[in-house]
Amino acid sequence: MQTQGPTMFSYYLNLALRSLRRTPILTALMVLAIALGIGASMTTLTVLHVLSGDPLPGRSSSLYYPQIDPRDDTGYVPGKSQPMDQVSWIDGMNLLQAKRADDQALMTGGSVAIQPAQAGLDPFYQTARYTTAGFFPMFGVPFRYGRAWGAAEDAASARVVVISSKLNDKLYGGGDSTGRMLRLEGQALRIVGVLGDWRPNPHFYDLDVRNYGDSEGVYLPLSTSQDLHLAHLGGSDCWGNGGGGVTPSHTAPCVWLQFWVQLDTPARAAAYRAFLIHYSQEQESLGRFMRPPNVRLRNLMQWLDHKQVVPGDVQLQTWLALGFLLVCLVNTVGLMLAKFMRRAAELGVRRALGASKSALFAQLLVESGVLGLAGGVGGLLLACLGLWLVRRQPADYASLAHLDGSMLATTFLLAVGASLLAGVLPAWSACQIAPGLQLKTL
Amino acid sequence: MQIKPILAALRRHRLATLLIAMEIALACAVLCNACFLVARRWAMIHTNSGVDETSLAVLTINGFDPNQAGDVNARMVAGLQAIPGVQSATLINQVPFGPQAGAAGVSHDPNSFENLIGVVDFVLGGPGTFEALGLKLVAGRLPKPDDYQPATSFVPNDAQVLVTRALAAHAWPGENPLGKDFWCDKFHFRVIGVVDHLARAQPHDYNMSQAEWTVFTPTAPGGTLSGTYLLRARPQDVQRVLQAARAAVQKIAPDVVLDRENSRTLSDLRASYFKTDRIMISLLLGVVALMLGVTALGIVGLTSFWVAQRRKQIGIRRAIGATRGDILRYFQTENFLIVTFGIALGMLLAFVLNAVLMKFYELPHLPLYYLPIGAVALWTLGQLAVLGPALRAAAVPPVVATRSV
Repeated sequence: MQTQGPTMFSYYLNLALRSLRRTPILTALMVLAIALGIGASMTTLTVLHVLSGDPLPGRSSSLYYPQIDPRDDTGYVPGKSQPMDQVSWIDGMNLLQAKRADDQALMTGGSVAIQPAQAGLDPFYQTARYTTAGFFPMFGVPFRYGRAWGAAEDAASARVVVISSKLNDKLYGGGDSTGRMLRLEGQALRIVGVLGDWRPNPHFYDLDVRNYGDSEGVYLPLSTSQDLHLAHLGGSDCWGNGGGGVTPSHTAPCVWLQFWVQLDTPARAAAYRAFLIHYSQEQESLGRFMRPPNVRLRNLMQWLDHKQVVPGDVQLQTWLALGFLLVCLVNTVGLMLAKFMRRAAELGVRRALGASKSALFAQLLVESGVLGLAGGVGGLLLACLGLWLVRRQPADYASLAHLDGSMLATTFLLAVGASLLAGVLPAWSACQIAPGLQLKTL
Repeated sequence: MQIKPILAALRRHRLATLLIAMEIALACAVLCNACFLVARRWAMIHTNSGVDETSLAVLTINGFDPNQAGDVNARMVAGLQAIPGVQSATLINQVPFGPQAGAAGVSHDPNSFENLIGVVDFVLGGPGTFEALGLKLVAGRLPKPDDYQPATSFVPNDAQVLVTRALAAHAWPGENPLGKDFWCDKFHFRVIGVVDHLARAQPHDYNMSQAEWTVFTPTAPGGTLSGTYLLRARPQDVQRVLQAARAAVQKIAPDVVLDRENSRTLSDLRASYFKTDRIMISLLLGVVALMLGVTALGIVGLTSFWVAQRRKQIGIRRAIGATRGDILRYFQTENFLIVTFGIALGMLLAFVLNAVLMKFYELPHLPLYYLPIGAVALWTLGQLAVLGPALRAAAVPPVVATRSV
């Protein structure tokens, strides 16, 4: 048996193909059921896989999002109140200037009107990111032309700007635009860099703006944006006597900025957490913070998990599809049972000629494996169709839904695995047949 | 029909019986919950906005200096009203299914949120906006000219407002809401009227029972109330009027930027707001249909196998006097018994699934009336699926009994 493994396998394969050809309708039904179940689950699993993916593979484990709680004690429940999701200007600046991390950046979102110099192009709005220089090296942002700005430009509120390759294509036809002047909100800013293809998804660094989709069109120093009073776009959360208003003032008790740090080792992360607690205590003793230190230091993936970025609808669809796959599998189990039992006579003859129970079992499992493979091919086609339909949806994540290599492998593993699983019970029950009983009826 | 021999036969085919029952149970659980989800989405996309959607469009501009708001408003309103077909052009801060402009927690007490009513949407409207929206007043009075107070923050400091029936019933259950006061921190509001319906800008973001917690706040144009204009025209003119208005912005106020994304007809806004829900509904219905189809095919497959296996026994029964009808009814009764067993199992499973969904998706309990509907659907499905194989069984001639194979 051991040495004859490959030849026996090809013999079983031959038997399986013959047997399947003998009952084409039943075979087609089983393949269809597996294909439908696999197609539906692979479509939704691929969307889920894309949406819950790592936006910065290789970097995400050393990126952290510190949270502190600067609010007054109204509504404070010890042990239950979560710290705030963003930081205020004062705290952001304090943490930034403390430079306790390996790298850090303070940022917020905005929206600016671009006034193209070219005739024939009307003014239009672009989403913007106002950030300190740490953003680019920390997130590993690729550049097509030029470079990022540095700490000196931050300090000087330099009139510089970095633009996305998409905006560069729109304004300058994709050429090297560094050194040119870009007019926005009535100001002229010098383009110092053009980004390469950079579209981290989810849009992890500011989930208040959007969860998925394109990155911003323009990037400029945070200090410059404040100098020019550029409009803020994104979430702001105020407490106490903090008024509303679109762009909170620097002294208002409002959080509206995101602060990211890079901490290369777990020890550094532990030290940073201690620093955050120390900072909160210090601010409490100064009378700025009213609550006891309440800090969190989540890394990038933990932060996405905490903010539950994957849309509920997508999760619901995945559960629905997996439920459907289960129904399809139970159905396949039933049909396989019918098929295997119908061949009781043939199996009886093989038993009588000396085939062991385990040999019969292996033969029947090979047959279910073949069905699974065929179902997998059908399921793959259906999943491609399903993903094409998903891409036509209006959701912001729609364009991301593509099958990748790992999901392709998963499709076949799932299909063959599921059909083998479905084959175990019918094959086992078909092997229990007493050979003598079956031979008598012949 | 005797049930005992059927049960005896099924006991010999425990595995196959159990599989059909399992399939029915799973189908029952998924069917009930999927239909429940569809019904909820269906109710959601039919949210009553309370406004004359087919006659309305909204136009948004920005990029102007807040100090110029009064001047821009005056120019825009005059310019928009001059467009042929425009019945009215007035100021508003938000419309149903557009971006949310003002939402805040309100309370029964000033300067405190202890006695919270809830988070409500503030719809700020200038003179003429109430009429243009086509809101239906059910109690109290319309705003008078001096009720339109200027707003420098997100609402006027002291406003005479109209609330929806839904909000009034929540805030002052069983009481007359007219003349009641409520606060948002230091901002004071007094209720002068009640409107039938007025939806929030983004009803999806809230519980369905809170979709109409809206406060219509008469506000003088300028300050916060600027840059968003409500256009009213005859339903057949709306699309054309909006196109003309979008084109006219450049001439009326060359210094502002038209927000194309948020300058659309209300029917358009509604359609895109609920697009994902419509897709979800068709997806759920599609999966349910496929699942029922697969289940039916499974029943056909297994019953056909049984019929083939029992050909000889069927022949013997026919030879000793059973009619075709007897054989037909035998298979039908057998299917009915198995499906009933599956449904009983499925109802338990439906509640388990519902409990899981409730935990993750803030759904209410599955209403009990879904269960009999699901049961009837599955009984029908089972009977339809078994009909073909059962008819084939009934057609087995008695002479089969005399043959050896």
